[in-house]
Amino acid sequence: MHQMQRNKVAWILFFITPGLLVVGTFILLPLFMSLFNSLFSWRQLIRLEFVGLENFRRLLTTFPYQQRFFNALKNNLVWFLSTTLIQNTLGLLFGYLLSRNIPLSQFFKRIFFIPVLFSIVAVGFLWGMYLNPNGLVNNFLKLVGLGFLQRPWLGMEHLATPSIIMVNIWRWVGFPSLVFLAAIDNVPQECLEAAYLEGVSEWKLFWKIIFPLIIPSITIITVLTIIGSLNVFEQIYTMTGLDGAPNYSTDTIGTLFYRTAFGSVDAGSPEIGIGSAIGMVIYLLTFATSLLSIFITRKREVQL
Amino acid sequence: MITDFRYRGASTSKKVFITVMIIVMAIYVLLIIYPLFNMVISSFKTNRAILSTPFSLPSSFSFTNYKNVWIDRGFSRYFANSLMVTTVTMTLVLLFGSMASYGISRYSYRLNTLVYMLFLSGIMLPLKAAIIPLFLLIRSLGLMNKPLSVIFIFMAMGLPSTVFILSGFMKAIPLELEYAAKIDGCNDFAIYRLIVMPMVAPAIALVTIYNAVPIWNDFFFPLVFLQSDKVKTLPVGLSTFFGQHSTNWSLLFTGLSIAILPMLILYLFMSKYFIKGMTAGAVK
Repeated sequence: MHQMQRNKVAWILFFITPGLLVVGTFILLPLFMSLFNSLFSWRQLIRLEFVGLENFRRLLTTFPYQQRFFNALKNNLVWFLSTTLIQNTLGLLFGYLLSRNIPLSQFFKRIFFIPVLFSIVAVGFLWGMYLNPNGLVNNFLKLVGLGFLQRPWLGMEHLATPSIIMVNIWRWVGFPSLVFLAAIDNVPQECLEAAYLEGVSEWKLFWKIIFPLIIPSITIITVLTIIGSLNVFEQIYTMTGLDGAPNYSTDTIGTLFYRTAFGSVDAGSPEIGIGSAIGMVIYLLTFATSLLSIFITRKREVQL
Repeated sequence: MITDFRYRGASTSKKVFITVMIIVMAIYVLLIIYPLFNMVISSFKTNRAILSTPFSLPSSFSFTNYKNVWIDRGFSRYFANSLMVTTVTMTLVLLFGSMASYGISRYSYRLNTLVYMLFLSGIMLPLKAAIIPLFLLIRSLGLMNKPLSVIFIFMAMGLPSTVFILSGFMKAIPLELEYAAKIDGCNDFAIYRLIVMPMVAPAIALVTIYNAVPIWNDFFFPLVFLQSDKVKTLPVGLSTFFGQHSTNWSLLFTGLSIAILPMLILYLFMSKYFIKGMTAGAVK
């Protein structure tokens, strides 16, 4: 019996150790080190002394970090709100229409998912060219007689962020669409048919029967949107550059974090201390907001 | 099914609704297809033609641009690098991930849940935010500018979801099968290899697509760790290329076509698997 027990432990170790080593070294250790590093002062890549929360204080209260940080955070919030409002709502509508087998639904489904597979970098560069003052978008507006709407889309402070967000929605709306489609397909058909035969209106059918039953998928999409919005980086990098041009109007936590970590906000040398503090803020925000949205939607969940 | 949106037998208002919705969806289809179509035709046009007649077809189809970008600008190498990194990473993720899932789901022991949670801790938290310690770690391991750097990181990115999905599937396999094999003299590895793995083959396909697409497309980690031209992957190579030829639109559209079309063609043949695989993490 003892021999068998030892045998079992050896087999378990054999199976889990390789994976656990990789996850431990490249996820858990860096996670812990981010926190550790954020509590020290740094000169370039050399750790100096323990300073407690000084890096966080500097980030949140001193120039230029404070201005840059809150400006970027505001943009991330704009990303989250507009993505939820436009992309996820559109995704819910598309998913619903597809689940009801609207004519051509198989065709729509296949096409909608195409941009989801492309790298953000390729999509960003492609639309960066189309949104250029001489690009396809302005040319199209002229062609259809809307020439007065022509703009340097990525060159104006109030238009740059919305333009980049629209490109990202163009790329990603197929994802929530198909997740919602799968969720609605899981609603028992008898339920829908019974309600339908009772003469329940379409509007009620959706809001009173389907919607409460797909809350879990709404939670998942919301959490993924939060994570995605806090991680916006490639979109800015490819369309308006690492500095979030024009005049930091497209800057996000991701680009600010990268600039701080690999070549400072102003001086041009890496700021490991402040950078780690930003990294911690990203972790905390991800964790807190995800938890909050799970908590909010969980309360509305309904089970058959 | 009777709940389907069909024209036949529908009331007028419903017919209008269906029509409007089809138009809305068709507009999005056009918004997807036309920009891609324009990208491809632009790659055959001269810079002047792209700017002066953006909607017209190219006057001739010459593949000199493609030859130039693929061979002289190093896209064949970027492509090979991406392929190598993705293949090696996925092989290791599937091996280690399925082993870990087996070790978690097929034995009962006290630390079982803890091990599972350790793997899952990486599923929600973005690894990008830990780029500073990762940078210091990779540097001290002497892996800068080596493909192994991103392979390790991509493995860490892929393992949590792999364990999450596979252990769910493995739990559903009845233990009796294992007992029978044990009586026949199989050891634990043979059971994993010969009984459990074949039974989760569909889930393996799912996990492969779920992880391979984001790894193939990833930009952030190769940007930080693979800076010498010899080791760059496709997205980073594309970015460098855009920096060098920012005014030569004809060439840029060619580069984009080369980066985008292979994935598109693969998708057209296997769209079902891609849709199922990519949404696997969000759909139970």
